[in-house]
This record gives sequence, C-alpha cells and structure tokens, in this order.
Amino acid sequence: MTAKQKHKYAMVIDTRKCVGCGNCVVGCKMENRVPEGLHRDWVVEEVHGTYPNISVELRSERCNHCINPPCVYACPTGASHVKSGQNITLVDRDKCTGCKACIAACPYDVRFIMPEGYVGKCTFCDHRVEQGLDPACVSVCPTHCMHFGDLNNPLSKVSKLLASRKYKLLAPEAGTGPQLYFLL
Amino acid sequence: MNEINIITGRMNHLIDPHLTIWGWEIPVYLFLGGLTAGILLITALTIYLGKEREFPHAAGRLSFIAPIALSVGMGALFLDIEYKLHVFRFYTAFKITSPMSWGSWILLLVYPLSLILILGRIKISCPKLYEKLNGRGDRLIAFSEKHLHLASAITIFVATTLGIYTGILLSSLGARPFWNASILGPIFLISGLSTALALNVILAQEKHEIHFFSKYDLFMILAEIVTVLLFVISLSSGPQISQESVKLILGGDMTAIFWVFFMGFGLVAPLILEILELKGMKISKYIAPALVLFGGLLFRFIMVEAGQLTGYIGY
Amino acid sequence: MSNFNRRDFIKISSAATVSASVGLNTLANSPTVAKIVGDLAEPGASSRTPTYCEICFWQCAGWVVKDKDGRPWKIVGNEEDQHSLGRMCTRGSGGLGAYLDPDRLKKPLIRSEERGKQVFREASWEEAFNYIAKKMEAIATQYGPDRVCLFSHGCGGPFFKTLINAYGSENVAAPSYAQCRGPRQEAFGLTFGADLGSPENTDIKNAKCLVLMGSHLGENLHNTQVQEFGQAIEAGCTIITVDPRFSVAAGKSKYWLPIKPSTDLALVLSWIHCLIEEEIYNKDYVKKYTIGFEKLKAEVASYTPEWAYSITSIKPEIIRQTAREMAQAAPAVIVHPSRHVAWYGDDTQRMRGIAILNALLGGWGHRGGFYQLQKAGVPECSAPLAKKAKNNWRGQLDGKYPLASMPPANFLCDKTVEGYYKGWFVYGTNLSQCLPEPQKTEEAISKLDLLVVIDTMPAEITGWADVVLPECTYLERFDELRDKPGRRRQIALRAPAFEPLYDSKPAWWIAKNLAITMGIGAAFPWANIEELLNDQLAKLGTSMEEMKKVGVKNLGEEGALCVEDGLELHFKTKSGKIELYSQTLEDLGFDPIPKYTAHETPPDGYYRLIYGRTPTHTFGRTINNPILNQVQAENDLWVHPTVAKRWNLQNGQYVKVKNQAGVASLPIRVRITERIRNDALYMAHGFGHTDKRLSRAHLKGANDTALIDKVKVDPIMGATGFRGTFVTFDEV
Repeated sequence: MTAKQKHKYAMVIDTRKCVGCGNCVVGCKMENRVPEGLHRDWVVEEVHGTYPNISVELRSERCNHCINPPCVYACPTGASHVKSGQNITLVDRDKCTGCKACIAACPYDVRFIMPEGYVGKCTFCDHRVEQGLDPACVSVCPTHCMHFGDLNNPLSKVSKLLASRKYKLLAPEAGTGPQLYFLL
Repeated sequence: MNEINIITGRMNHLIDPHLTIWGWEIPVYLFLGGLTAGILLITALTIYLGKEREFPHAAGRLSFIAPIALSVGMGALFLDIEYKLHVFRFYTAFKITSPMSWGSWILLLVYPLSLILILGRIKISCPKLYEKLNGRGDRLIAFSEKHLHLASAITIFVATTLGIYTGILLSSLGARPFWNASILGPIFLISGLSTALALNVILAQEKHEIHFFSKYDLFMILAEIVTVLLFVISLSSGPQISQESVKLILGGDMTAIFWVFFMGFGLVAPLILEILELKGMKISKYIAPALVLFGGLLFRFIMVEAGQLTGYIGY
Repeated sequence: MSNFNRRDFIKISSAATVSASVGLNTLANSPTVAKIVGDLAEPGASSRTPTYCEICFWQCAGWVVKDKDGRPWKIVGNEEDQHSLGRMCTRGSGGLGAYLDPDRLKKPLIRSEERGKQVFREASWEEAFNYIAKKMEAIATQYGPDRVCLFSHGCGGPFFKTLINAYGSENVAAPSYAQCRGPRQEAFGLTFGADLGSPENTDIKNAKCLVLMGSHLGENLHNTQVQEFGQAIEAGCTIITVDPRFSVAAGKSKYWLPIKPSTDLALVLSWIHCLIEEEIYNKDYVKKYTIGFEKLKAEVASYTPEWAYSITSIKPEIIRQTAREMAQAAPAVIVHPSRHVAWYGDDTQRMRGIAILNALLGGWGHRGGFYQLQKAGVPECSAPLAKKAKNNWRGQLDGKYPLASMPPANFLCDKTVEGYYKGWFVYGTNLSQCLPEPQKTEEAISKLDLLVVIDTMPAEITGWADVVLPECTYLERFDELRDKPGRRRQIALRAPAFEPLYDSKPAWWIAKNLAITMGIGAAFPWANIEELLNDQLAKLGTSMEEMKKVGVKNLGEEGALCVEDGLELHFKTKSGKIELYSQTLEDLGFDPIPKYTAHETPPDGYYRLIYGRTPTHTFGRTINNPILNQVQAENDLWVHPTVAKRWNLQNGQYVKVKNQAGVASLPIRVRITERIRNDALYMAHGFGHTDKRLSRAHLKGANDTALIDKVKVDPIMGATGFRGTFVTFDEV
C-alpha cells in the first residue's frame, strides 16, 4: 500500500467488557447469510495463570483488514482486492477461482471457501458502512465492547480510545498492519 | 497452564482445526511441474550445447514426457481449484505480486516451447512416429527445426523460472512460517532437475548417457542436501515464529518422515548407491533414480503439509 | 384408565411426518402476515414486524426484519425497549432458527398402537381435541377435575392456565419456581415484602459494588443485566465474584472468591458479621427501615471470618476486605440475588442471608441498588373461573412447604407417582430435563391417564405424551402484551412475522378451541386474540396500528425509582419494615435468622457436579436451533489439571461421568482448565438430548439433570436442591 488511503477503518474491541457471548457471530451470520457451518467471526478465549491466580482474555476476532494485505498480493486474478480509498479487503466472487492462495497467505485464518467454491470472509459489513452504519457484529454487541470507525479521523471514537487506552494487535510481527485493536 | 480456544464453535471447512486447503493435488502438481522444468532444462541444455549425439535420449524422447507430465500436473491443479467454472480468470489478469499469476502465465509458455523442442528433433528421436504423421505438420516441424536453437535458449530461461516458481509459490506465502524461506525456490529447482536427471537415467538406453546423468544427479543430490540443510538452518536461526515452525521436523510430528524417509531414503541412500555404482559396484540402475523420484515427490508432500501445520495463530 | 397399560417412549420420527421442511439456507419466502413498513433503519430491508423474544424468559422486544426479496433475514433489538436496550442477545439474534428448524413439531399426534408397537399417528386438530376432551371428562367424572395439573413455561402458558382453571383445577406449576428462583422469591418477600421481578430490579449500571454469588452474568445472557454489567465495568464498579469456577464474571472482578461449594451461607453470614462488628453497615438505613437488628447481631456474633475460612476456604482478610468494599460503596451496592438458586435444600435461608446482607448495606430503594419496579398494568380480560376448584394443591401438601406460593412441580410429580394426579398438561417445558431425577418423572408419567404436551419442538417429554399439539413459534403468532415491571411502565407487542408453518397453531387458539370442545369455551370471551389485544390496547390509550409501528410503548406516569429521585420506601412485610428477623419463619418453626448448616462433601474420587449456562443456549430448548447450534453444539466437562492427571485424562477426549447411584452420563468432551476447583466438575446445562428427532442435538454432550440425585427439598417452600450430586469418572 503506497498512497495514504482516505479512510482507515478499524475495529477497537474492549477485552475488559467482552463476555464472550458470541452475539457478534450470530449477528454476522444473520446479516450476511453466512452458510451453515461457516464463520466470518469468532470469539477466542485465552486463559493464563494457575488456580487461583487466573486471568481470561476474550476477543471477538475476524478479518484484520490489513493495511498491507498479503491475501490481496497472493491473489492471481484480482478477485481479492482492497476497496478503493479504504482498507476494507473484499473478494469479487465473479473473479475468484477458489485457488486458495489467499487462504494460505492470511496469517489470521479468516478466509474460507463458500459452498459455491469462491472465497468468503468478513467484509466489515461494507454494505452497512456505506450507509454510515456500524458492522453488524458491532451493532449487536450487548456489552458495547466493540467500536468501529475511521482512524484517519482523530475525532472518531476509535481514535480516542486508542489514544487513551493500552491495546494490542494480533501477530503484528506478521507485518500486515492489522486493523483490529484489542483494548487491554 | 495456558489455554487458548475458539469458543464459538468455528469449524470452517479446510481451515479448522488446522489448514488443510491443499491435499494431494498440489504436491503432485508441484512435483510434476518441477519434473517438467527439469526435463526441459536437460533437453534444452543438451540441444543448446550441441550434445544431441552424445545424449540422444536427453535431447530427444525425454522431452516427450514434459508436456504429458505438465498436463497431468495441471490436471491435478484443476482438481484442486474450488470454483472450476472460473478457471479462465487466471488468464484475464496478470498480478505482479502473485506467484500464482506468474506461474499460470509461465505454464502457457511451456507448452509451445516443449512442442518446438519435441518437433525440432522428431525425425531423429522418433522416426517411426514421424513416418506415421505422413507429412502432416511438416510446416510446424520445419519451423521447429529452424528455430530449435533459439527455442532451447528461451526454454533454459523459462524452465529455470518454472522450477524456481514451484518453490516461490510456497515461500511467498509468509503467513506459513515453515514456507517462509527464499531458499525454497532454488531447492525446488534443484530437486526438479534431480528428478528429471533420475528419470533420464531410468529411460536412457546408451551406457555412457546413463553414466553421465548418474554422475550429474549425484551432484544435484549433493546440492539438494546442502540447500535443504541450509533451509533448516535458516528457519532455526530465524525469528521466533520460524524457530517454532521448524520444530515440526526437529522433534515434532514430521521429524521421522522428513529425516528418515525424505533425507534418508530420498537423498542420502541414492547418493551412496550412486557413489558405489561409480566405484564399480554392481547395482540395478533403477534403484537410485527411483529413490530420487520418490524423494522428490515425498519432499513436496512434506512441504505442503508442514506449511499448513504452521502459522501465526495457533487456534 | 389409559388405553395403554405401559406407556412407551415414542420417538416422534416413528410417525409418518414427512412434511415440507424449510431449509436453512433457502429461507422460505413466506407471505407476510403483518406487512408493516416502519422507519426502516436497515438498508436492504423490506419490512419489519414487532415481536418480543421467546427464546428465553427475558422477553426482549425487537424487530423481525425481512430482506428486499421478502425473505426472513434477521431479528434486531427495538431501541425503545427497556429489556433489550436496542440489542438482542446471542439467542435472540438466532431466533429465526426456531422458525426455520426442520425438526419442528408439524401436526397433532395421538399415541396409538400399530402391530403391537406404540406409535404416534398424525391427527386433525378436531380429532386431537375430541380425544383430550373425552379423557378430561373421564378424569373429572372418576376423580374430580382437581386431579389435572399444568406445567408451564413461556408466553402461551396463561391460556392453558385459563383452560384448566375453567375445567376446575388450580394446579398450575412452573419449574421456574421450585427448580429455579422460588427460594429467592420467598426470601426477598419475607425480608423486603416485595418481589425482585423478572427482569430483576437490580440497578447494575449505577452500582459501585456488585457482588455475584451463584450468578455467572455474561454466561447467563440476561440481556439487560449483561448490558448494564458492561456499563458497570466501564464505570469502574468493584466486582466481587463468589464461584468455585473462574467464571467470565470472575475475569472481570477485582475479587474472585473461589469458594468451596455448598458453603456460601457461611460466607454470607460472615460478611454480615464483619459489617456489624466493624460497624460499617448502613446505620441510618438499618435504623429507619429494619426490625430485628439486635437479634441479628447476637445471632451472627460467632460467624467470624476465621470461622468462615475453615468452612469456605476463603481467607479471613479477604472476607473482611470484601465486606469493607461493599460498605464503602453502600448504598450503591448489589449483592445479586441470582436466579437459579435451588441448590442444597436450605436455599430460602441462604437467600434470606443475601437479602439481609443487602438490607444492611441499604441498597434496596437506592440508586445503584434495587430500584422500585414500575408496572404497566395491562387490564385482565379473561372470564372469571367457570368452576371454583374444590381441592387445590395446597390441600395436598399436608402442611409441608408452608411458604410455597406456587405448587412445586416436583411435589405434583411426587403426588402423581402416588397415583393422585391423573392428567398433565405440559406447555413449553421439557420436564424430563428440568426436574431432577428424571427416572421419577418417568414413573409419574407411567401413572397418568392423560399427558398432553404442547410445544414447538420435539423433546424427551413429547416422547411420553398421549397427545402432542404443535404450537407455532413466537414469530408466527400474536400473544398477550408483554407487561413486565421495570424502570418504565412499558408494554410490548408480539405480532406474527410469518404465517404458521405446517399445521402448527398459536397457544391461544389451541387453548380456546380445546375449551370449546370441552364445553368451557366461555373462559375465552373473545373471538380471537386480536380482539383481546385491540380491547386491551384501547383501554391503555393506544391501538394495534400504533403498536405495529412502534412495537414498544411507554405509558408514562412513572413513580420514582429510588430514594435519590424522591421515592418513599414502604415494605409490604407483616411488620411494614425490612425483616432482618422473620417472625413468620419463627411462627412456622423455621430459623428466623439463617443459621449455617454444613452440607455433605464428596468422598474421595468423587467431585461435586456444578453446572451453569452457556450464552448461546436457553436450557435445552435451543440446542437444536440450526443457527445457535453452529455456535455451540455440545458441552464440555471442565476438569482441573490435577484431577485430569489423577484420572489420566487428555484434553478433548470423551468420558462418561456417573453419580453415586451409578447413573452414567452420555460421553462428554474433557476440557482441562485451571478455571475450576479440584473438588468439582462443571458442565453447561441443556445438552445431551436423547430424542432422535432433534437431529442436531441428539446425543451431543451430556445432560447434567440426568445425573442429579440425593435431592434435598427446601422445607420452607419446596425447592429441589440440585447441587448435592457427586460424580466420578466412569471407565475412563
């Protein structure tokens, strides 16, 4: 990614508030009609420590809509692409051959094969974002632990949260510039 | 004790519990692609260097195998493609960042080049077949004969690229730490060449040709052993994620298959056999090259599987 | 007498029920019953229909949204709703799965015998009604109409209550009482003279300190509370979680007290002791509103933290420190009354302890404590009882369970085993999975002349029925208005988004038409439910038209929620005060102030079986839901690493556990985790279905209820203690 994009969409997820209820998963399934048995998002539970000194971190995970997306680079047909002016990574089903190079290229294992054979993944609910709405997972979260917005706008809630709280990224060493931020 | 689990029942087909997107088809494709590269490189070099008389099989009938092997390999690749109706999409775009895209275009070049190499020498290599053609394709044959030298030069370049590509295809996928080593390109090229040399040893008739190719295969095997060891060393001395991934063959689940079956039976055993043979011991000429071919195929199975077992995210 | 000497369990699949099913991915394009296009906030939607959720009892109001092609799409929260606060929970979001489930009950079924084998045959509604009416008449003639019971859970229950009331029975039980929250209802009633309501009147979002004891908020997805829990975490509320398991809530807590199971009351009494000893209780509040403080003080004098430590394994300084945290936050502190509290047979007393602790902190009536519930008050519109029951269940108690305000379901079951009760209606509750000791439930069923099950889904209980009546799902019907007390006087409408699939019918239709067949149709003095609703809505100053547009309506004229807002506290106890000391209990021969009694602990090699909720499912009712099942299909057995080592268990392997009576579970997957004590095992409730017709849920995971034994019954109100069960591994 060379030129600076107009929008840098990110999700900021507060692991302190997340209870791991999975409504993000069901909300996504319904919104996007994700076929039975496939998941565009999921919740990870990480347990550290020894009884009785234990901590649990809960994280709602999905595509990181990386600034430097290896899946897009790996795609031989241009089916995997970055939406113009943004960092939302999408798959054009009409161009996808199902070669699976993008699946192998993704360090986060977020992609999968749809029953028809093309590659499916989280779209950050691009169709909702276009309308100025939050992605479905964010909009249904009962604890309001998920936030979506534009990090290029310093006044957005996500920018402010990142400015005021400690956070972590998933596998930043993979060098892809992931855009899911987990507040600690 | 630390635990990490996905708690919302994700069991995405081919993704969970670990990546299984590529089964037997891709290793077979990579093997046959490498073999094709090796064959074309041998044939083209033989022709280019004017050694056709010395090595008649390498310059002749061996090249017939190239398009067949490649077609079978591409057949396997096609079987692996999930959206078969869209396969034409490989040829409606060229993506400079995608080795897969490079590969699909290179494959297109290989067919006409191998055809020229075959037809350019068909009168000598397969006179009976030429008779059967009964004049059909004479213009094409004449064209091939005319441009044989140029074609062999181009083929040397294209075949080398093809051989390297079969390795780069994996090594470019940085998300899989076990593949994340640029030396995979040379290794796959060397391995492809080695298997092609072995194939020629099996198929060639002339004693001195067999002897010559056995000797060269010995060098290739040595080179492969060295590069594979370099690959293991580079992962072991790389970032933590690489070190983690190489544990798979250094004490992990794939240790035995890698060191005993691939390294042992696929490389060291034929190396020893060929040295013994060179020293004059009587050994069937088929054993060492057969082991090399087996090793080459097994190597690709191991690589494709091992890469899919490693990743940045362990759940 | 029953036509069958012995009632066999019938798998519903043995009936020829091959009807058109709705594939999950095809999402049938059904005609819109109520095509109401309001202000569609959803891009790509064509219509939305108001509903309130029936996937659990929380009844969140939302919208059923169809896509631009009119296909069922999703269910989203109603922004005006005080339960959902605009967001459904995981289960509510997956509510369409209830409608789409191809395993639904499709036609009325009647038990009959074919070639020596009991099967269900499909029947018309008329035939089914005639069959039931005939049996009901026989029971009334031979034994009297009071020999029929109703077990109910869910919105359609009141229609069947009206039905059996009119028939002449008052035996209306709900497992949500004696198997769940009954003890806290009676304990808080005795102490504060008020019910906590459902949803409870906990002002979590304003609490400065929240104590969770037996509530695993977040895993039980009580929507409003979970949302407020999130707010409380963000606001820096001090959370204290008492749980033998490191629950999700424990992970959000400043203090996790991994208590030795069964000793909770010792901790509560010790906290009370600390508050009084250190004189940090809310003195003004106690003085102004309570009676019996001196007696309480004397009673708890011996319950020192040191004493409690030896029992609970919670260190004395932690007990003191947490008591101080509560006192510091008072009155904005909630010791959460939790919900399923039927644990050890002394549960009313434990809940009294919790009520008293709350009273000492002064949270009741204060911001950040327990707010004053506001009730909308939808006018009653059913006819008075056609016949007054001669005998009711209370007469059968023989003085047992004097404070039971409802018949304990287990008691009706016991009396049925004795041969007293002859007919059961079971609405929306899988008794086989919610009453302890399912063998006893089966024995009771074998004594019945008539068992009618009304439900949307097959389950273990339907396999024992004489008649199965298929109810349509909540998305295909009108129901009574939601009239739950809360912060606001609010009503919510449930309108059908789809025509009923198959031959299923709404509960009101079933009850009314059965009543007509039985000759007691006058109990339902309306032609159909819309007539009833129109009448009620008119009296509330609104209309169906408006309600279809808004879904939820605030009626206004609310009183103050808390003292800070001008609320004057009144207590409807006998004394008119908060009763720290209960004369009522004293008079009935029970401890007027709770006393700690020790419970049995597991012998070597056995572990206490604890169970709880998973946020994806409501009891066993949603396991087969084709959407929710994708998120969680089976449960895990939580095992501490040292226990796993002792039994040589590997993570992910399947084991069976068995109780001391030798009853073994289905195979369950082992999860080795530090998140549980080494003297207990944990599994989520609701799994391990044995009915084949639940194609997704069948034999997935294990059913905790099947293992429950040594049930101790609370002598005060009849609750069944579920937590006295010890299990070990069965042939690892």
